[in-house]
Amino acid sequence: METIITASKLSKSYSLGVKALNEVDLSVFSGEVVVLMGPSGSGKSTLIRTFNGLENIDTGELEVLGVRLGSFATEKNILRVRKKVGMVFQQFNLFPHLSILENVTLAQIKVQKVNKEKAEAKAMNLLKKMGIVEQANKYPNQLSGGQQQRVAIVRALALEPTLMLFDEPTSALDPERIKEVLDAMRDLAKQGMTMVVVTHEIGFAREVADRVVFMDKGKIIEESDPKSFFTAAKEERSRKFLNQMMQ
Amino acid sequence: MFFSKKLILQFFSTIFITLVFFILLNNLIINLFRTDMMFDLGWLNQPSGFALSENSLPYNPTNSYLWTLLVGLSNSLKVIFFGLILSTIIGVIAGASRFSSNKLIRILSSYYVIVIRQIPLLLQLLFWYFVAFLNLSNTPLSILGNILTISNQGVRLLGIDISVEFSALLIGLTIFTGASIAEVVRGGINSVSIGQWEAFRSLGIKDSLGMKRIVIPQALPAILPGLTSQYLNLAKNSTLAIAVGYPDIYAISDTTITQTGRAIEGFTILLIIFLILNLIISFAMEVLNKIILSKVYKY
Ligand SMILES: Nc1ncnc2c1ncn2[C@@H]1O[C@H](COP(=O)(O)OP(=O)(O)OP(=O)(O)O)[C@@H](O)[C@H]1O
Ligand SMILES: [Mg+2]
Repeated sequence: METIITASKLSKSYSLGVKALNEVDLSVFSGEVVVLMGPSGSGKSTLIRTFNGLENIDTGELEVLGVRLGSFATEKNILRVRKKVGMVFQQFNLFPHLSILENVTLAQIKVQKVNKEKAEAKAMNLLKKMGIVEQANKYPNQLSGGQQQRVAIVRALALEPTLMLFDEPTSALDPERIKEVLDAMRDLAKQGMTMVVVTHEIGFAREVADRVVFMDKGKIIEESDPKSFFTAAKEERSRKFLNQMMQ
Repeated sequence: MFFSKKLILQFFSTIFITLVFFILLNNLIINLFRTDMMFDLGWLNQPSGFALSENSLPYNPTNSYLWTLLVGLSNSLKVIFFGLILSTIIGVIAGASRFSSNKLIRILSSYYVIVIRQIPLLLQLLFWYFVAFLNLSNTPLSILGNILTISNQGVRLLGIDISVEFSALLIGLTIFTGASIAEVVRGGINSVSIGQWEAFRSLGIKDSLGMKRIVIPQALPAILPGLTSQYLNLAKNSTLAIAVGYPDIYAISDTTITQTGRAIEGFTILLIIFLILNLIISFAMEVLNKIILSKVYKY
């Protein structure tokens, strides 16, 4: 199986001296869905953000899609990776001054140099599949949270990424809006997309994940298939975390 | 509503100030009447009789004081106009440079702002005039072939002669105002959430393009009010022209007052001119603000 991400002994501290990542080893293979779980502050966001160079690391080796990232990553390498890796954030982060269509076509036109007609056709097609094509000419704040998050997914998919990163994509949504976003992610997984997902949605993890990675205090504590993780976690800390989650 | 609260407030405060002004003026006139020197503008038609080192409109000393003052106004408008454009360009570049991924650029732009804002403008103008320009040699120094030549006689840009006085004033005003505009721009950029940077970076968009297409458009509403006050400052500060011998409206009024003894009339004219000038700048910026807001926030 093709390796998409190889991380070995990744460490990172922020200026305050907190070890956000402490010698993390992780591999992600093509077509895999990896769910990252762990308590607040355990380093999930920091880890997932190193995978597209939003966060740099202090020590360790990191290779994403055959490109070396990490402490000595060049600007060029980082850009190369970002063109192939999509990312979806908790706060959607759509561009509020651009229409939905412009949000989805901007990078296609400016980064991939696709012409405007082609970019728009592709955007409309993806929006249609996502069930939000009628929103194309609106602005982000005219959409519900769930719709905005689906636009954010479409915006990333328009660049035909090989890997998709999700950092708590449903945590800012009203409960009744969570399902529509999870459904979109489930479809994506079915199509064979390689995904790394930080989420607290146990149902989604159980059903979609190939692997659950549990982190605490900047370290990976446990890696298991979802069934064994949720029914018989190996580590005491994992079980404690799951107990708190279930309450 | 087309006119904002701010503009209405400006309008009424202008009326109020004008009213107070006329009451004071009335007192003065009564006093002047006692001393037999009535408020009179008749002298405006008399020939001024003094030479100007430079003029943006045709001029000779047989022209009336009125015309002389208009020439001064046009000289002022010239330096204000180019000052606004150049200081905006420098300010935006220096302000955006504070966010550059290049450390050297970040440091240079912050030093520029810090140093320039610590030194009084008057000192800076005198520096540009006496130290930078008048210390140049007599033989022109060519930069970029013959596009730009500089000597202590003046600057020649694309065949157009520019006086040392105008150059020193324009450079001084531009660099001083540019530093303040840089701070305004930096504040505006800081008001845009970090999530916007992360979003465009994740799409493979470079910082330079993201700054232009994503960050600056969202920063504009926060930048424009500060920009307006810097523009007003520049217009007012242009009266320091007298320090480097550039014949702006203030310098010419000064000579006029000395020659005619008409201090009250002279200052009245000056006050009204600057009031109108700054109202025009405020109004233009207000309209620009409206246009930009409606473009940035179409929803
Ligand atoms: N920009 C930053 N500056 C300083 N410390 C930071 C910064 N970002 C994160 N940290 C610290 O690094 C550690 C890991 O944070 P991270 O955001 O990766 O955790 P997380 O697992 O994503 O938490 P959450 O579930 O709350 O999102 C925490 O101790 C956090 O306080
Ligand atoms: Mg997080």
